Amino acid sequence: MNWGSLHNFLAMGGYALYVWGSYGVTALCIGVELWSLARRARRAQKGA
Amino acid sequence: MTIDSYRLQGEPGIRGWLLFRFAAPQAFYPLAGRMIPWFGALATLLAAAGLYISFFVAPTDAQQGEAYRIIFIHVAAAWMSMFLYVVMACWAALGLVLNTRLSGMMASAIAPTGAMFTFIALWSGALWGKPTWGTWWVWDARLTSELILLFLYFGFMALTNAIEDSRRADRAGAVLAIVGVINIPIIYFSVQWWNTLHQGASVSLTRAPSMAMTMLTGMLLMALAAWMYSIAVVLARVRSIILERERDAEWVRGLRGVE
Repeated sequence: MNWGSLHNFLAMGGYALYVWGSYGVTALCIGVELWSLARRARRAQKGA
Repeated sequence: MTIDSYRLQGEPGIRGWLLFRFAAPQAFYPLAGRMIPWFGALATLLAAAGLYISFFVAPTDAQQGEAYRIIFIHVAAAWMSMFLYVVMACWAALGLVLNTRLSGMMASAIAPTGAMFTFIALWSGALWGKPTWGTWWVWDARLTSELILLFLYFGFMALTNAIEDSRRADRAGAVLAIVGVINIPIIYFSVQWWNTLHQGASVSLTRAPSMAMTMLTGMLLMALAAWMYSIAVVLARVRSIILERERDAEWVRGLRGVE
């Protein structure tokens, strides 16, 4: 798949909101999960 | 140390058996720690390859244009949401039958990640439904049963968190998890049993997939990445749960360098 330009890639053929909305929220979920896991591990190791 | 752990470690016949040896949280804790980086690295590599194929190799869909690219995240998340529930229920059932401490901890460690994938499946489904069906949501069998799956995860977490005694919480949660398994075949077969807006399975074991090879490859890579990610994250969470529940045990105190 050759997008030609970054603009075309980001535009996703007019479906940018839907495609990037899906991938963005997924990335956000993973980020939040990893952050909360790291916080929980720190607390558990301290014995709090 | 609880009575159970003494019993497990005290029986020489069981002790030598690998499965049972690592069923002791004390033995599983360092093992899980050693496995996490490997599964994390695998997840990263598979996701990178999967995303590359999803966006730069797979062609535009003839009917849906670029909107179909949501499939790579949607299917992986939906598969994981169901698969993790079954694994969670298996651990819960194992805990009920064998009364091993680690089983309940594993079930508790899986629930939040399962709920996360269920949410992602619903969210990406809504964002995919809008441009292709013209609606964010319909109360049809597939979507409704997936929503029930999310509530089952939430119910399991709320129930186990509400009960103070962790062993009792495990047993109560296990009953809920096992009863809820009935929902999994309902989700899976809903597109065949009922007239629904949701399309049937694109991939099946019995017939050739109804999609381009590159699309299928991207989807499978993303699914594998989600799988490896789940293992890494669940192992990390179960380590914290072990420390939280066994905070007064000799070995945990030694780990913290207390005394």
